[in-house]
Amino acid sequence: MTIAQRAAATTTTWIDDRIGAGKWLKKNLRKVFPDHWSFMLGEIALYSFILLLLTGVYLTLFFNPSMKEVVYNGSYAPLNGIKMTQAYDSTLRISFDVRGGLLVRQIHHWAALLFVSSVSVHMLRVFFTGAFRKPRELNWVIGVGLMTLAILEGFAGYSLPDDLLSGTGLRIAQGIVLAIPLVGSYVSTFLFGGEFPGTDFIPRLYSIHILLIPGILLGMLTAHLLLVWYQKHTQFPGPGRTNKNVVGFPLFPVYVAKAGGFFFIVSGVIVLISALFTINPIWMYGPYTPDQVTAGSQPDWYIGWLDGAVRVMPNWEIVLWGHNLSLNILVPALIVPGIMFTLLGLYPWIEARATGDRREHHLLDRPRNAPTRTALGAMGLSFYLLIWISGGNDLIAQAFSWSINAITWTIRVLLIVLPPIVFVITRRACLGLQRKDRDKLLHGRETGIIQRLPSGAYQEVHAPLTDDAKAKILSARESYYEPIEAGPAVDANGVAAPKKGRLARRLSKFYFEQRVTPPTDEEIAEGQHHAADDLATVRPAGQITSGH
Amino acid sequence: MTQHPSNEIAAHDQHGAHGAHGEDSLPEIPHVLRQTDIDPRAARRAERQVATMFGLSAVSTILFVVAFVAVKKDSVINLPVIGPIGGQNLALGMASGLALFLIGAGAIQWARKLMSDEEIVDERKSFSSDDETRDAVVEKFRQGTDESGFTKRPIIRRTLLAAMALVPIPAIVLLRDLGPLPEKKFRTTTWAKGKRIVADVSYKPIRPEDIPIGGLVAGALPADIREVEELQGNLNERAKATIILVRMDPSEIRGQQIPGGDVDGIIAFSKICTHLGCPIALYQQRTKHLLCPCHQSTFDLADKGDVIFGPAARRLPQLPIGVDNEGYLVATGDFQEPVGPSFWERG
Amino acid sequence: MSAGTPRRRRPAAAAALVTVGLVATGALYAAVGSMAAPATAATVVSPDLIKPGEQLYKEGCSSCHGLDLAGVPAESVGKGGARANGPSLLGVGAAAVDFQVSTGRMPVGAYGKQVVRGRSSYNDEEVAALAAYVASFAPGPAIPSEQDLDFKDANLAEGGELFRTNCAQCHNFAGQGGALSNGTYAPAISPKSPRHIWEAMLTGPQSMPVFADTTVNPDEKRAIIKYITAIKSSPNPGGAPLGRVGPVSEGLLMWTIGLGALIACTVWLGAKAR
Repeated sequence: MTIAQRAAATTTTWIDDRIGAGKWLKKNLRKVFPDHWSFMLGEIALYSFILLLLTGVYLTLFFNPSMKEVVYNGSYAPLNGIKMTQAYDSTLRISFDVRGGLLVRQIHHWAALLFVSSVSVHMLRVFFTGAFRKPRELNWVIGVGLMTLAILEGFAGYSLPDDLLSGTGLRIAQGIVLAIPLVGSYVSTFLFGGEFPGTDFIPRLYSIHILLIPGILLGMLTAHLLLVWYQKHTQFPGPGRTNKNVVGFPLFPVYVAKAGGFFFIVSGVIVLISALFTINPIWMYGPYTPDQVTAGSQPDWYIGWLDGAVRVMPNWEIVLWGHNLSLNILVPALIVPGIMFTLLGLYPWIEARATGDRREHHLLDRPRNAPTRTALGAMGLSFYLLIWISGGNDLIAQAFSWSINAITWTIRVLLIVLPPIVFVITRRACLGLQRKDRDKLLHGRETGIIQRLPSGAYQEVHAPLTDDAKAKILSARESYYEPIEAGPAVDANGVAAPKKGRLARRLSKFYFEQRVTPPTDEEIAEGQHHAADDLATVRPAGQITSGH
Repeated sequence: MTQHPSNEIAAHDQHGAHGAHGEDSLPEIPHVLRQTDIDPRAARRAERQVATMFGLSAVSTILFVVAFVAVKKDSVINLPVIGPIGGQNLALGMASGLALFLIGAGAIQWARKLMSDEEIVDERKSFSSDDETRDAVVEKFRQGTDESGFTKRPIIRRTLLAAMALVPIPAIVLLRDLGPLPEKKFRTTTWAKGKRIVADVSYKPIRPEDIPIGGLVAGALPADIREVEELQGNLNERAKATIILVRMDPSEIRGQQIPGGDVDGIIAFSKICTHLGCPIALYQQRTKHLLCPCHQSTFDLADKGDVIFGPAARRLPQLPIGVDNEGYLVATGDFQEPVGPSFWERG
Repeated sequence: MSAGTPRRRRPAAAAALVTVGLVATGALYAAVGSMAAPATAATVVSPDLIKPGEQLYKEGCSSCHGLDLAGVPAESVGKGGARANGPSLLGVGAAAVDFQVSTGRMPVGAYGKQVVRGRSSYNDEEVAALAAYVASFAPGPAIPSEQDLDFKDANLAEGGELFRTNCAQCHNFAGQGGALSNGTYAPAISPKSPRHIWEAMLTGPQSMPVFADTTVNPDEKRAIIKYITAIKSSPNPGGAPLGRVGPVSEGLLMWTIGLGALIACTVWLGAKAR
């Protein structure tokens, strides 16, 4: 035994004697993780969160979350002698007088943007590959919760420096709170300690930003990861990959190196971006006062869709018996997001109703093999993108010299027209791809070799599929469903079938009425033989190898 | 639930993947050897690459410390395309960014090139317990419930549930003193009859003749705003009382909320958007339109401050103004309706 | 990564992704960069210029603004000739002429929602002559003198405060401009010509309201100009400024370069080594 091995043995013995870690380590040191680039998207989120915690702690050492007014007297000359809150003053100090303070602030902010965007793409990956299906529905719900909290946490942090832009954002948030029916004005005076802006809100937001939400995020994140660990990661279809196994590389050493290394990659990339690109130059915005504003007032990107929804909403307000129901605010700011996140959270159960199956799914769907889901996702995405774009309508108008009014009207129309079109096109595209797959299975892949038949006709030579390609295409069988059949409408005793079943059937019909049936083994075997014969006529048998 | 056809398909999936070859053995995981597996020189090259990255990372870390001491906080570096940027941020960021990135790149290259890349297989186990275990759990619950008497003694159960339902109340009641009740706070501002109107920043009173036709006073406040703020210790009054003054040819005014509320074509409007409270002063003097930079609500100042575009539902409140005996613009009262965003009991 | 998959396609996909990101960011830069424009040097008006000014006016301006400067109302021009109506120039002052002509807005090149900045069709002397001629009809705001524009002693921080109160709502916090209603816009402010900034405030060209010396006094104007000049030339302590338009360009950068670079890394990490 080398010295290192002996040291490792001594350490593990020491730990094992106290907490019995031996058994756990024996089982898990070589735990298998499947390899695919898209499985690392969640890790980008995890690592940017760690970076956020580290840089956040550093920033608390210098930031002063107080709304007490002071007169600035620091290194940034264009603000000298200006009255501002201590929150803004201390943020300027971090930016100009603490060495490396600006870098850490920028790392924190860039990491926050990356955190929410990587959470988003991670969620899209999970959605489009069906990784949320049984037994992972709980983790999906935790994920939706994490996403919501990440957005709230980002907004809270963005608002802390009390600059002109973030203060405008808070003013809008307060306006939204005011619009809540019945209790709006009460919630507003309670949150702000009186009227807007008051002097209480930033200190309150501070404890929410650095303690409450990060605490919940950390807890949910731990649960999220534990479940991934315990349930084992899903995998894409391929040779030797089944619903009953996990194929990949061992935790130790490969994933310790890859995932551990990736932490440094993510951190490194964020730090390099922070070195090269300014983010949130609060000194340019000036301190917040409720009577100043800048053209192009936008929130960070992850609030942009909300702001955009508020921008395109028509100005409906109902005033009845001395009470105002501000639909122009409630619909885009509370109702639509509420519906979006609820549907997102419930989606695994909605789809399970349509498939009617109770199996465990560890093999991922190829998006084309779940056409209705993919189309629904694309439809939702198109809706989101439209209101997101609307959040920057003024900058778009400026950059392209378009009319802001025309952009707003265009988006209003598109919001109704585009998502259904996207749905139909996506579903058709998926079904088309499936048909192409089916052809490949039945007739082999196209080789590009044209052959002249004895009859004089020309035809393309087809070759058998590789194992890998075949395994992928065959995975369509795992994703294949037929609409749930209706039982007899009236049973033997003359009692009508329950309504509940009807809803599921209707849903199932919506999902699976249009479908491509994967071929049977016999059909495939025949087709592939043809292809092999085909190829044998143009090449000696020995040269028939895999290729792409 | 109906028996589903795909269950059958799932069962012969393994079979399906290899069935065409007539094999029925364990699934085989294909593996291709890498250059570094075959050629020791390639392996040594990879080893050198990894070590170089780790070494450069260490150098970068040292450079960070050097930059921290050596680069002044106001140093500026002029880069092509990007222009003049802060030298300290750049130096510290590049050094520490590379130090981090190179560790990651080295570790991943190590794993890809030198660690075994033969895939291994773990079997999955179903998460559900067998029926026996489930029955045992149910039985244990039943036993516990029986022993506690939770079902047999309803009075204990009910009082406990009632107490538990009530116990969060203090946590909610305690939040009461977070802030005062709204009362009339959202309905009134500090404007009152005879209060002079002063320009923001300079706090100088304004005469009607100071404002030319087509002119804008982009921020105006009550003359005593600074004393009020001093007294209250916050900017709450400013957030409600801020106004803009515009002057147009009196013949261009098509309508006013307050009949004759202008002073020779000078009209005062609240600067706070009735949609979500952003201050608005994007006054386009040719069209007399006022555009909110936050959500693009547009108000026609020549016509009662009515909404002509965007999500705002209500017109912009007009402040009644006049001229005092020294010739300065004054308010002749408070706004006639609440300024700013709507709220439930606004009316 | 399983063997036999089309390995080569993945790095290509990564490269494509990065390319898309770079192109998107480049387009963003181009769009934002195009919001800046040039300006010309200062001149002084003298009464001797009225005569040559008259000639220039008759040739270049009178068809729209009328020989008597009273303007040509749209109704009198008739349907096909709607191009030729112009507002009255009585009382606009030399400052307005100097601003409009030397920034190339007048004479109008292309008709649209808004007259755009461009290369001036007249040299400095001709502009001065035109301004003198127009100003001789009725009193109006004058072209600022060198002393007017000497902002050395102005208060920089107060200038910032005034800028945020009076200018930022349309021209953005860094003077990069912004959108207005129906396709009009507030242009980016060019720091190269303080004279034009002064004249714009004084005369309120196009959509812009008038900030007369009585509401924003000359000291305050100088402070505003000083602030604009200072922030326009100030280095960016945190790195590339991304157009100084706020969070939108930051978000785009993170989605393209940031996430793009990291996804490229994940592809590299997941690809089987050869």
